[in-house]
Amino acid sequence: MTGHGSEWLDEEAGPLVRSYALTRGRTSPGTRGEGFEMIAIISTVGTAPFSSPNVWPEHLAILELCARPLSVAEISAKLRLPLVVIRVLLGDLLDVGLIAVRRPKQDDRPFNEHLLREVLHGLQAL
Amino acid sequence: MDSKRSEAAQRAADMPLAVKILVAGGFGVGKTTMVGAVSEIRPLQTEEVLTDRSIGVDNTAGVEQKTTTTVAMDFGRITIRDGLILYLFGTPGQDRFWFMWDELSLGALGAVVLADTRRLADCFPSVDYFERRGLPFVVAVNCFEDGFDYTPDEIRQALDLDGAIPVVMCDARERRSGKKVLTTLVGHVLSIHGHAPPREAGAPVY
Ligand SMILES: Nc1nc2c(ncn2[C@@H]2O[C@H](COP(=O)(O)OP(=O)(O)O)[C@@H](O)[C@H]2O)c(=O)[nH]1
Ligand SMILES: [Mg+2]
Repeated sequence: MTGHGSEWLDEEAGPLVRSYALTRGRTSPGTRGEGFEMIAIISTVGTAPFSSPNVWPEHLAILELCARPLSVAEISAKLRLPLVVIRVLLGDLLDVGLIAVRRPKQDDRPFNEHLLREVLHGLQAL
Repeated sequence: MDSKRSEAAQRAADMPLAVKILVAGGFGVGKTTMVGAVSEIRPLQTEEVLTDRSIGVDNTAGVEQKTTTTVAMDFGRITIRDGLILYLFGTPGQDRFWFMWDELSLGALGAVVLADTRRLADCFPSVDYFERRGLPFVVAVNCFEDGFDYTPDEIRQALDLDGAIPVVMCDARERRSGKKVLTTLVGHVLSIHGHAPPREAGAPVY
């Protein structure tokens, strides 16, 4: 993780300014979508060293949320941060081995009859 | 480090798998309403920040001048079974955000195109997009009280749809109706691949 505290950001900053400050412009296309698809499931597997200057409140908030596995979209919604920011933060956490990721089947799209039947039955049981 | 990695891999295999279905259509057609009606959670909202580059605007003024747009998406969740979660995304109706749609479509099981008979043309971009992309979809007509009384065949004709694409009448506010739309979609995906969807005993055809 690169060390930039976010203490100086107040609520007035607005979501966009805050986003860019949080990620220090680390919003390259490489971090978008790849590996952290909106329905990728994230689970916390380690404990952050609280004292480290590289650990931001937002990192800790993600680790706390994902004690129970949660999708990237839900993390973004619950923390009220855009996907692009969440993906950068998740990248930080993955780099240091604090989260595990269950990626969705992205292959465009070999037909999976078993999976579809499961979904159909689940929907019929609603 | 290696053992830490394999531990993480093992943990990942034990985590739930997620699949998704898109709900597309024009502004105000009832996407969020339908997602909320079938979701087990109150619809949540996430947003994507789009830069000039992602929406295809050529910007010669440099990084400092980069303009951004945020696109909000509503989504809901249905637990299919332990370990399998279905997410429903109400996708933004603006057809210029192709980048967004591409990401949403990737790996999706299929899509619901919601239509309003008073503004049928609003769903053209969605229909075009899914046809071009080859993503299976059904058209669900959200029946507003002051809408026109078209038959599914008239809708199919107006939208110039392939005869195999189901057209379902629905009420986006009703859970049962949304469930019918979704089961029709998944049945349609199965039938595209030559697998007859099982008949749901006594299912009311709305
Ligand atoms: N009368 C009626 N109103 C509806 C129906 N579906 C949605 N609405 C209303 O139409 C408005 C727009 O719906 P919304 O779901 O936000 O549309 P979205 O822009 O596609 O997400 C809301 O005020 C809904 O309450 C319906 O089937 N009948
Ligand atoms: Mg909406």
